[in-house]
Amino acid sequence: MKMIINIAMKEIKSFFVTPMGWIIIALITAAFGWNYFIGINNYFEVMSGAIRPAERVGVTIYVGQTVYGSASFLMLFAVPLLSMRLISEERRQQTLPFLFSAPISIIEIVLGKFFGLFAFLAIMVLYIFVMLSTLNIWADIDFGYLIANTFGLFLLVGSFAAIGIYFSSLTSQPIIAAILSFIFAVTLFILERYFASQPNHWFSYISLMKHFQTFSRGVISSKDIIYFILFISTFLVLTIRRLDADRLRG
Amino acid sequence: MTKTLKATNLTRRFGPNTAVNNVSFELSKGEVLGFLGPNGAGKSTTMRMLTGNLAPTEGQVEICGINIIEDPKLAKAKIGYLPEMRPLYKEFKVNEFLRIAAKLHNVPNKKINESIDIVMEKCGLTHMSNRLIENLSNGYQQRVGIAQAIIHNPDIVILDEPTVGLDPIQIREIRKLIKDMGKEHSVIISTHILPEVEIICDRVQIIDRGNLVFHGSIEDLKQQRRGNKLLVGMKKPPTLKKLQVLFDVVKLEKQDALLHVIQFNSSDIDVEAFIKASIKERWGLFQISPHITSLEDTFVQLTNQ
Ligand SMILES: Nc1ncnc2c1ncn2[C@@H]1O[C@H](COP(=O)(O)OP(=O)(O)OP(=O)(O)O)[C@@H](O)[C@H]1O
Ligand SMILES: [Mg+2]
Repeated sequence: MKMIINIAMKEIKSFFVTPMGWIIIALITAAFGWNYFIGINNYFEVMSGAIRPAERVGVTIYVGQTVYGSASFLMLFAVPLLSMRLISEERRQQTLPFLFSAPISIIEIVLGKFFGLFAFLAIMVLYIFVMLSTLNIWADIDFGYLIANTFGLFLLVGSFAAIGIYFSSLTSQPIIAAILSFIFAVTLFILERYFASQPNHWFSYISLMKHFQTFSRGVISSKDIIYFILFISTFLVLTIRRLDADRLRG
Repeated sequence: MTKTLKATNLTRRFGPNTAVNNVSFELSKGEVLGFLGPNGAGKSTTMRMLTGNLAPTEGQVEICGINIIEDPKLAKAKIGYLPEMRPLYKEFKVNEFLRIAAKLHNVPNKKINESIDIVMEKCGLTHMSNRLIENLSNGYQQRVGIAQAIIHNPDIVILDEPTVGLDPIQIREIRKLIKDMGKEHSVIISTHILPEVEIICDRVQIIDRGNLVFHGSIEDLKQQRRGNKLLVGMKKPPTLKKLQVLFDVVKLEKQDALLHVIQFNSSDIDVEAFIKASIKERWGLFQISPHITSLEDTFVQLTNQ
């Protein structure tokens, strides 16, 4: 456990010694802030019109939909850029023996890297939560909705991170790792659109967004949590196996 | 003497090629072992297996009695390793990198600062502490590589070509450092520099195409060098036939007009008898000494068998 934290700390430090970490944080927070601003503006425009009270939507949901809808999309771009170096850069610089020679298991190495990236992403997810909570100053907001969305976004970025770390373990070129994990995640999205008309198709059971949507509606369901945890574990196990194969193959 | 490392029948194949073939050896506490061998001999591959970076195809590695495959964490905690390609996170400063190394090797938090200071002092890095590793010269990067290998004061230190890229002064310091470490710990180094082995190692192991071709103390190696030859200066040298009547001589080799190398059948040469004979037969003897084959020659001989 201590070693997982040590590895995670190392990765977090790495994000901040290169410009990449700062750039992503700056871009993402700016984009969230912008969406938040647009969301509130639109809310007033739409709701101040002569709309019957029955059609009114709460401010939390209205602004929340705008912000969370764009967040999942932005993370699709941001996570591969952050995850690409996790293992492939170690391959490129031939630094893996440094980790393999230390008294750390491969499981700890992979979990440490995963949680390092996850912690970095979690800061951004919490940032959105805090930003939306400020609505509470002048309106009564629906915290249940916010918490469900935050929770869902945690799990979604966790899944992107797990995909990212796996593709990063396959190559010694970080850019290739980024492209592969981006293509993979986008393919999941596209297939999902394609199968949207057939909700009982097997694919809709493995689709990320379908499970994310439950959370977007403000519902936390254990079925969806289990789905995400299985999704993340699968890619982490594949990564561990890939690194273990290095030791055997040479 | 307590054994710190034991390798038994280590074999590693890459596809059809055998990089290391059935190599066994032991290492004691307070001993410096040198791996010597031409390019591609299998030195680095052996070291990768000893440190748990590569699974052996066959054979066992025991670190202080702990099998590295069965209990890798316990075993690895006792090893410090500098691979051939030094594994440095170049985006960090020297002290930041050494802090990471200390943490990953379970150095207690209270002792981390002290350990970093000690290894930086030992490796001559103190004045480079706040420099980014990527901006250091090749030699200084090598020092950082050595520093990370000894930060946790391991029982066994394994260094793959530690003096590559260092200047002569630093080479002397690092050799002294290795010798000093060898007093309390066990050290394995690999090198192509033959005199280096003589200077710092207690024992040497010559590997060629995956096979162990020589294994013994530096004294044994020197013995091998001294060998069975005399370098003799004679004004009127005898013929080989004449010599063979008197002694068990294999070969008479002319080095220049007057100097000859005489190769005897055994290394147990009766020099006195040879001098007596040369006076009696009036060969005009004016110089005689053991013919020391250079270490390079010994090396070439051993690796060409
Ligand atoms: N990952 C690998 N895949 C295939 N063959 C390998 C691999 N690693 C090493 N070899 C082969 O194993 C043999 C031994 O290589 P090794 O690196 O151990 O030699 P070395 O003694 O360290 O040489 P050098 O003095 O050049 O460092 C070589 O023939 C090499 O080609
Ligand atoms: Mg080598």
